Amino acid sequence: MSILIYAESAEGKFKKVAFELASYAKKVAESLGSTVTAITFNVSDASELSKYGVDKVLKVTDSKLNTFSAKAYADAIQQAAKKEDAKLVVLSSTTDSSYLSSLVAVSLNAGFASNVVGLPVSTAPFQVKRSAFSNKAFTVTEISTDVKVLGLAKNSFGIVPTDSSATEEDFAPSINDADFGIKVESTEKASGKVTIADADIVVSGGRGLKGPENWGLIEDLASVLGAATACSKPVSDLGWRPHGEHVGQTGKPVASNLYIAIGISGAIQHIAGINSSKVKVVINSDPEAPFFKVADYGIVGDAFEVVPQLIEKLKAFKAQ
Amino acid sequence: MKILVCISHVPDTTSKINFTNNDSEFDTNGVQFVINPNDEFGLTRAIWFQEQQGATVTVVNVGGPETEPTLRKALAIGANDAIRINATPTDGFFVAKQLAEVIKNGGYDVVLAGKESLDYNGGMVPGMVAALSNFNFVNSCTELTIDGTNVKAVREIDGGKENISTTLPLIIGGQKGLVEEKDLKIPNMRGIMTARTKPLTVVEPVAADTNTKAVKYEKPAAKSAVKLIAADNIDELINLLHNEAKVI
Ligand SMILES: Cc1cc2nc3c(=O)[nH]c(=O)nc-3n(C[C@H](O)[C@H](O)[C@H](O)COP(=O)(O)OP(=O)(O)OC[C@H]3O[C@@H](n4cnc5c(N)ncnc54)[C@H](O)[C@@H]3O)c2cc1C
Repeated sequence: MSILIYAESAEGKFKKVAFELASYAKKVAESLGSTVTAITFNVSDASELSKYGVDKVLKVTDSKLNTFSAKAYADAIQQAAKKEDAKLVVLSSTTDSSYLSSLVAVSLNAGFASNVVGLPVSTAPFQVKRSAFSNKAFTVTEISTDVKVLGLAKNSFGIVPTDSSATEEDFAPSINDADFGIKVESTEKASGKVTIADADIVVSGGRGLKGPENWGLIEDLASVLGAATACSKPVSDLGWRPHGEHVGQTGKPVASNLYIAIGISGAIQHIAGINSSKVKVVINSDPEAPFFKVADYGIVGDAFEVVPQLIEKLKAFKAQ
Repeated sequence: MKILVCISHVPDTTSKINFTNNDSEFDTNGVQFVINPNDEFGLTRAIWFQEQQGATVTVVNVGGPETEPTLRKALAIGANDAIRINATPTDGFFVAKQLAEVIKNGGYDVVLAGKESLDYNGGMVPGMVAALSNFNFVNSCTELTIDGTNVKAVREIDGGKENISTTLPLIIGGQKGLVEEKDLKIPNMRGIMTARTKPLTVVEPVAADTNTKAVKYEKPAAKSAVKLIAADNIDELINLLHNEAKVI
């Protein structure tokens, strides 16, 4: 018996979530007395996975799978799970993995819990804690099927290096032409920028910044910190920033280590999207802004005075 | 073209979330229920197809009689008819199985679901329905146009978007972008009046497994108060972020 993880990659390189999944699976495997197998797609060097507790890597190499295709990937993962007799299949909560998870669950007749935020609360019966109600609560969910699929929420476990020696095996699942009903014609990606989904640090601006002409402040701060930029909903509605940057309940979720909110009031719908970020810093001129209630650190002050200083001081700090 | 829009009946976004019965049940007391925001985008897009391309739009919900006002609201917005599958939704798989049965019997070409509902945020149902119905499936769909049986769609990906072509039959997990927010339809008086006379069919559920169940609910632990730092003491903020929080 083993635990199967889908080690997500882009352009032949693992994403950070792959290591988080491996770390998580290793820990669960210890309590279940099982091993960890990872499936990879078109990654030539998979050795990095052995640093995080993976025992075996199933390497799929197939040019048809160069671009992500949910149905074909799900098919391959399902076949790998059968081959390995995996009782637990763990995926992450990235956009692509979320696309796959329910397809995998149905094909394995498996109960599926998404947004899982930690190790199983119990393994018999199998219970996990997941976030719900837009992060306003958790539910402990029991999965009763023999095979189980989990979608691990990002940054909810962390990356834990564990030495292991992973054996590698080529794996050629049988992929049906019918799996390619969805054709990707083209992809548009902001290149060279840290994306909200991958970022450890997110710097976000709200209507308090007064206008798009002031966004240099947000961008400069983000660039010192190697952070992604984001905004509140009215900011994207007003067209100051692209829609892809709007975070919150109706926008993108952020699960970064550090979230810096500048000139954002902290409306419940905004907080819902950033609640799973670990450390929240708020800079706002209004001491009554609701954001201070959920923040870890706060500065009551004018963004136009505080942020330029913060940028300068951080530059000096980084240069040390 | 026959369109089915899946409607989830969820607590309004500002609702206080509480639990009863020893934290084993969601407390609906005083909670205002609405059409799930992601579904609302799909519904408005469906009405656009109805008006521009002559589609019929059916809305469906798996739920008890208490969800009928939500379905009536969808009818008031312009759906032609509604189906309520008379069961308390137990988990994503159970709901997907019920929807797949309605799809099989109704001969729909397009199914618009929301990429997730704002209560359990499972994001499970659209993919499960797709797998059970063997439809083409686009998740996190932000744009959708249909010409005959040819479909063009845009899907959000981490850090960008993907332009997709596919064919009917199709199910999408939809979200903001399917229509502009300012174009979301609000029921008018005439819509509300005619909604009363539109068919709302109640069907009984088919047998389906419940693979998962919520055994207990918890609220996040109370947070300690914010540490306020004086605006002229930025060094202290950097110090705390580095030494205490260890995030820079
Ligand atoms: C169904 C629904 C869904 C929604 N979904 C989302 C969502 O996903 N994401 C989202 O963000 N919102 C969402 N909203 C909107 C949300 O309710 C708020 O309106 C929004 O978050 C407010 O954005 P803001 O804080 O940037 O603007 P404001 O509310 O205008 O707040 C601006 C803040 O900036 C501060 N400020 C002003 N000048 C300065 C200065 N010089 N220096 C420092 N601070 C200053 C002010 O004190 C104020 O706190 C949703 C609303 C609804 C009804």
